Amino acid sequence: MIAAASLFQMLIFPGFLFLVLLGLTGQFVDRKLYARFQNRVGPPWFQPVADFFKLLGKETVIPEEADGRMFRLAPVFALGAVIASSFYIPMWNVKSLFPFEGDLIVVLYLLLIPTLTFFLGGWYSRSVFSTLGAVRSITQLFAYEIPLLIAVISPALLANTWSISGMIQYYSAHPGRWLFNLIGFAVAMVTLLGKLEKVPFDIPEAETEIVAGTFTEYSGRFLAFFRLAIDTEAIVAASLVAAVFLPFGFGLAPWLAFIVYLAKIFAILAILALLRTVFARLRLDQMIDFCWKVVAPVAFLQVLVDLVVKELI
Amino acid sequence: MEHIVSIPVGPQHPALKEPESFMVDLQGEKIDAVRMRLGYNHRGIEKGCEQRSYTQDLYLVERICGICSYAHSTAFVQAVEEIAGLEIPRRALYIRTLVAELERIHSHLLWLGVAGHEIGFDTLLMYTWRDREQVMILLATLTGNRVNYGLNTLGGVRRDIIAEQMPGILKVMDSLEERTKYYIEIAQTEETLRQRLAGVGKLTKEDALLLGAVGPTARASGVDRDTRRDDPYGAYGEVSFKVVTDQHCDVYGRTVVRLGELMESYSIIRQLVKNMPEGPVLVKAPRRVPAGEAVSRYEAPRGEDVHYVRGNGTEKPERVKVRAPTLANTQAVAKMLEDGYLADLPIVIAAIDPCFSCTDRMIGIKDHGDGERRTMSWDEVSRYGVDFYRRKGIDPSRIVLRGGSAA
Repeated sequence: MIAAASLFQMLIFPGFLFLVLLGLTGQFVDRKLYARFQNRVGPPWFQPVADFFKLLGKETVIPEEADGRMFRLAPVFALGAVIASSFYIPMWNVKSLFPFEGDLIVVLYLLLIPTLTFFLGGWYSRSVFSTLGAVRSITQLFAYEIPLLIAVISPALLANTWSISGMIQYYSAHPGRWLFNLIGFAVAMVTLLGKLEKVPFDIPEAETEIVAGTFTEYSGRFLAFFRLAIDTEAIVAASLVAAVFLPFGFGLAPWLAFIVYLAKIFAILAILALLRTVFARLRLDQMIDFCWKVVAPVAFLQVLVDLVVKELI
Repeated sequence: MEHIVSIPVGPQHPALKEPESFMVDLQGEKIDAVRMRLGYNHRGIEKGCEQRSYTQDLYLVERICGICSYAHSTAFVQAVEEIAGLEIPRRALYIRTLVAELERIHSHLLWLGVAGHEIGFDTLLMYTWRDREQVMILLATLTGNRVNYGLNTLGGVRRDIIAEQMPGILKVMDSLEERTKYYIEIAQTEETLRQRLAGVGKLTKEDALLLGAVGPTARASGVDRDTRRDDPYGAYGEVSFKVVTDQHCDVYGRTVVRLGELMESYSIIRQLVKNMPEGPVLVKAPRRVPAGEAVSRYEAPRGEDVHYVRGNGTEKPERVKVRAPTLANTQAVAKMLEDGYLADLPIVIAAIDPCFSCTDRMIGIKDHGDGERRTMSWDEVSRYGVDFYRRKGIDPSRIVLRGGSAA
């Protein structure tokens, strides 16, 4: 019975199916807001779903030069890793599906895998544009991942636990203390743009330079699943940021907590959409400079704040 | 370290709106060398002009470019009128200048959007193209068409602008001036935009002169040159405007120059509307244009556009030669790309506001076997085509070659 319940939770709610639907909704919200910010009409609500099914029905071309197995597996791994990481993030319940001490690190690790699959998928496509996109993906990873890691672990330092569920318990017990982590929240938002490869950090898929980067050779259902993985990654990453930096509203009635969760997720997506509206794409060297010279020191500042606060209280 | 990757930017590439090939050798993200190849869009317009009458040619040269169509049409008509010795009514000159400046506005706004897109700033693209729509609608109201206005004719213009249309023109100018001020502010304050534009695609004044750059590209390198002032045509001699130059010598400077030119264009149009003389807009032109030749210079939005026309006393010109501004600027692009980044390639190419289909004049056939260029005669091309389709299983045997013999 417990196994069946777990399976239901993993595959249907709040696991795979729920996340995928939320991911497609998230894509719609992002595109609609982006369009409205730019004074356009934007797509209708079912557009992401329609795009997904249309891509599923399209012919799938795999380049002769490409390594067929890696090419096919990359999108599956990306989606799998994203879904797996969601099992350890508390979304609206205080506890995640399978909480344990140290799940924060596991989540960050699992969220790294999609970027690695972008690299592998692009690299094994063998086309010049894909290869360049793949190399850019991995170069960019080294720029944003460390500040993101530092930003995300500093609230954990304050809470004195490596479990996200534990952090939520701590911050629920001490309401208001999450306000100390606002710098980290800002850092996380900036680095999320890098992780999700959105403007100004969409360098790996810069359309006007390297066509579609990693995804240049992808078509049909493999592209559909890659895009689905990216949409879902946006939701899961937003959930992580919401759980770590906005740990309130977890103790409420389930339906109310659920609404608070959705509000947080969509607020984060809206901020991301706004950020990608107002900036131009940076160059790779400028991006790395910015991440290491500005974002990383700010993230360290957050660590310092948390350590000082911990000493004082 | 000596790992060089060649990537093809073009002939089909999202950064280029027209087929043109840039083979880029990359060392990491840095550009090692760029090999440019023109000629994918040759349409034989110059030859076509020789087989049509002057009036028909007007509509043909108007189709050289989709953006600065009026530049080509006016440059051509000016040359023909010079040969024919026609005295154009002042009102017609004013209307020509008015439409020319409206075209410059729509072209520069279009460029600003394209530049935004090339550096991944799509918001700028959406904003400028929305604003550009006002000019397009205005042009459609004044001339009947959004592009390829078909306004010019030998001896003047085909449509008059009535007094009721004047307030509408001024209203659009006010609205656009407001928007342009906003874009100038963005260019000065938006950090990512400045980072992507400043110091990119350097072209010193010496190089600009040496490589024969024209238009905003040259003016952004401090070359004070503008056909509208140096060799006035139309009504430019009767309006006051300043030639915008800039010392940045980079893509940022080219943006500043174009934004400044937009502001000047609004002022020119206001003066034209205010001082528009009364009178006819057309004089009768002869069907046969006397023998003679003329060169006409015209400051198109992209730079100086030169048309050469030679008449031989018949209804058809003997030779028409077009030097589109992009041809003058392509040489400079290679210089600008030296030691640049791949990421800057699209914006550097876009910064000259290229219009490749206007530029392409000839075709070189490259035999990949020995790498030598060859030319083919018309019969050879026909035979090659017939054989090509025959190999694909299509039988074109009923097609008769020009020699009269069936293939």
